[in-house]
Amino acid sequence: MGLSSRLLICHDCDTVYRTAALGRGEVARCARCGAVLARHHRLGLDALTALVVGALILFIQGNLWPVVTLGLNGQHSSTTLWGMILIMWQDHAEVVSVITAVTLFFFPLANMLSLGWLLYFGRRGELAPGFRPLMLLLHYLGPWTMSEVFVLGALVAMVKAKAYFEVFPDTGIYAYGALILFITVLAGFDLRRLWDLVPIRGA
Amino acid sequence: MTALLRAEQLGLIGCQVCGLVSRAPSFADPGCSRCGSALRRRKPASLSRTWALLLAAFIVYIPANLLPIMRTASLGDVDDNTILSGIVELWEKDSQALAIIVFSASIVVPMLKFLALLVLLICVHRRSHWAQLQRSKLYRLIELIGHWSMLDVFVVALLTALVRFNLLSSVEPLPGVIFFGLTVVLTMFASLSFDPRLTWDHEEPHDRE
Repeated sequence: MGLSSRLLICHDCDTVYRTAALGRGEVARCARCGAVLARHHRLGLDALTALVVGALILFIQGNLWPVVTLGLNGQHSSTTLWGMILIMWQDHAEVVSVITAVTLFFFPLANMLSLGWLLYFGRRGELAPGFRPLMLLLHYLGPWTMSEVFVLGALVAMVKAKAYFEVFPDTGIYAYGALILFITVLAGFDLRRLWDLVPIRGA
Repeated sequence: MTALLRAEQLGLIGCQVCGLVSRAPSFADPGCSRCGSALRRRKPASLSRTWALLLAAFIVYIPANLLPIMRTASLGDVDDNTILSGIVELWEKDSQALAIIVFSASIVVPMLKFLALLVLLICVHRRSHWAQLQRSKLYRLIELIGHWSMLDVFVVALLTALVRFNLLSSVEPLPGVIFFGLTVVLTMFASLSFDPRLTWDHEEPHDRE
């Protein structure tokens, strides 16, 4: 059924192309609709694995340490990401609590863990155990991780709080700031590079 | 330049999940041989699903804007904020740059998504050839920026968790923020269920140079 990977179909308009090798910094765009068909891969699978490990360490730090501390008349109040999630639940905003837990904790974590697992095997040219379900998971989680939005939200919250309180940014928010740089690079990863490890039947 | 042939003309089908190119199955759909996903020429019931989700998103968008999203209380002084009043406050407190960012994320992005999906849907229904390239780009833009609307939801969650000074000062979430969160989720599902390939589907193979 599957044809060789020498053909490529534009995701946005169904135009068929032959794949071509791309030089450094080159991007292949669809001549009909302008969508990006493929990019030159600057980072090898080893480098990407390292990035995932780095991102996981930052993610742990960002979640263990408080994000921001406020001060008022000598009293202090701080919160972590999970503090936020739990308080929204207690304050009868369960929907917000679930959206926050899912888009800022569970999906990013599942994303990094699966990608790390797949890359760990992929860099040796092997298919990781559970390859197909994890690849599908990565595909469907893609649009639903929002760590970068959270960092901007924390910035807005700090500026708003500044009018009434003393504001101290904590370790957590710096870890998050660094994390979103890693996540941005990882989000550009083309999953087809891992799909291509699967031998195509009948080609 | 050679003609730009589309998958259907060549009897091919591309997997939307893993990108594998297969010969279009003639009868029963065996699924993609690489990732196992169903092979479909277009997303199923794309137009009706997108319409339904868009309408639902628009309905919850009304209370999201009219109802207050959070209550700030300090020493008995209670103040309810809506999305818009929060932006006005930022502007007046000399954080104009941030006010513009929040205005873009909370007002411009959702509005743009509603209008863009409306235009995309109507054009597909009318089999329009108008501005196909721009419509493709518009779709990619709303896919790219859609989730930034969640900004205000995270601001309310963080402020609620932070401002805990008992009687002195506290913040609590109000129903507006729930509706707003739902609006963002629904618009994201709406744009995911729209199939951008439909924009190019009513083209005769040789009616353009």
